Amino acid sequence: MSAAHPIRVLVAKAGLDGHDRGAKVVAAAFRDAGFEVVYTGLRQSPEMIVDAAIQEDVDVIGISIHSGAHMTIFPRVLELLRETDAGHIVLCGGGIIPPKDAEALKAMGVGALFGPGTPLSELSGWIRDEVGRVRAGHSA
Amino acid sequence: MGSDPRARQIAKGDRRVLARALTQAENGSGDIDLLLAAIEHGTAHRVGITGAPGVGKSTLVSALTRAWRAQDRKVGILAVDPSSPFTGGALLGDRVRMVEHTGDEGVFIRSLATRGALGGLAPGVYDAADLLDAGGFDPVVIETVGVGQAELEICRAADTTVLVLAPGAGDEVQGMKAGLLEAADVLVVNQADRDGAQALATALEAALDLRQADRPRPPVLLTTATAAKGIDALCDVLDERARDADGALADRRVERAAARVRAALYRRLDHYVEGRGAELAAAAARIAAGESTAAVEAELLMDDYE
Ligand SMILES: Nc1nc2c(ncn2[C@@H]2O[C@H](COP(=O)(O)OP(=O)(O)OP(=O)(O)O)[C@@H](O)[C@H]2O)c(=O)[nH]1
Ligand SMILES: [Mg+2]
Repeated sequence: MSAAHPIRVLVAKAGLDGHDRGAKVVAAAFRDAGFEVVYTGLRQSPEMIVDAAIQEDVDVIGISIHSGAHMTIFPRVLELLRETDAGHIVLCGGGIIPPKDAEALKAMGVGALFGPGTPLSELSGWIRDEVGRVRAGHSA
Repeated sequence: MGSDPRARQIAKGDRRVLARALTQAENGSGDIDLLLAAIEHGTAHRVGITGAPGVGKSTLVSALTRAWRAQDRKVGILAVDPSSPFTGGALLGDRVRMVEHTGDEGVFIRSLATRGALGGLAPGVYDAADLLDAGGFDPVVIETVGVGQAELEICRAADTTVLVLAPGAGDEVQGMKAGLLEAADVLVVNQADRDGAQALATALEAALDLRQADRPRPPVLLTTATAAKGIDALCDVLDERARDADGALADRRVERAAARVRAALYRRLDHYVEGRGAELAAAAARIAAGESTAAVEAELLMDDYE
């Protein structure tokens, strides 16, 4: 039954660099994929991202990072999600992330990381699969 | 009323439980009706903020929230944006303008999509406002984009409806949708820092002069949300409304309750009809064969209704 409800995704831009065109393009693509996208804007700290995600009760958090701060931001978001008993929220991200860092982050619990130029349909497809799995697990 | 452990958790300020309950209200799922029967139904002032896209509604809500927080009041915000009729998806972007309140335990912001609801407001919005009220948030603000019938529907969901306009946003008074001025309790000309704001306010006053005085005349206020100008005056007007010296709010709440019972009844009847496929088909066959009429068959089916 709950599978019929739209997937809710929070899209945030973390870090200090001041443009969010990429994040907005992704947000629009997610809307077109049938998701309800909560867009939170620029310069979001891990604390802000998790607080918003809790209020919005989203299935997924997608963070765009281009400032190189990924090794601090993603682990902190994961930590806060666990602290607030929201570990079921799927975390993914996009940006320029070296393969070695990406491996480390995935080992910590980041679901997926997408490099620049990844087809947007691949992102939304991955999210649909992942949320389907989580929702199936919950009702089981 | 019923008992439900979540009701106490929400009253105590558990934001996770509140957030989950809001999702259930939105989805109309599971045992949300039990929870709604168990929570404390208070009298939080429900303030509807509506107006054309981009006039500054979210910026205004954020500025109002800042003022209310300075008075130590907890503020609940429901920000409604339209779903795409084609994909069902939605871009909910109001938080961007309210980001200063992220992390403040005294503010709870939830973005909701219309999900194809007639009139622009899903029934879940009424229940969501109840839940925020039970969480101790007062006022509860409901922001909706004024397209289609949404601005009229908001009047039913809210105790007080604020119509926000801006110079040059296509808000020429002559072309204004019928009923819109009548529906609003407060008129705000935002972006007062821009040319034409005073002229728009004057034109609004002139239009109000012409209408029948069967309802109290809404005040016209000028604000510059980005500079927090005019916000205190708007707060004062809203507080005055909340005090409800003339009983208008109490009347509004009774009207809203009546509308909600009616909607709940229609939903149940809908449900009943949906579940009677076989009987409906048989009835249709009889009618087609000239043995019966729609009215007779409906009468028979109603006899069967519980
Ligand atoms: N000059 C000026 N700009 C304003 C004022 N208030 C808001 N804005 C700007 O108007 C734009 C739209 O503001 P929002 O608050 O997002 O408007 P909105 O009505 O909520 O928009 P939607 O939710 O998309 O319908 C933003 O760029 C704001 O900074 C104001 O008082 N003066
Ligand atoms: Mg807005």
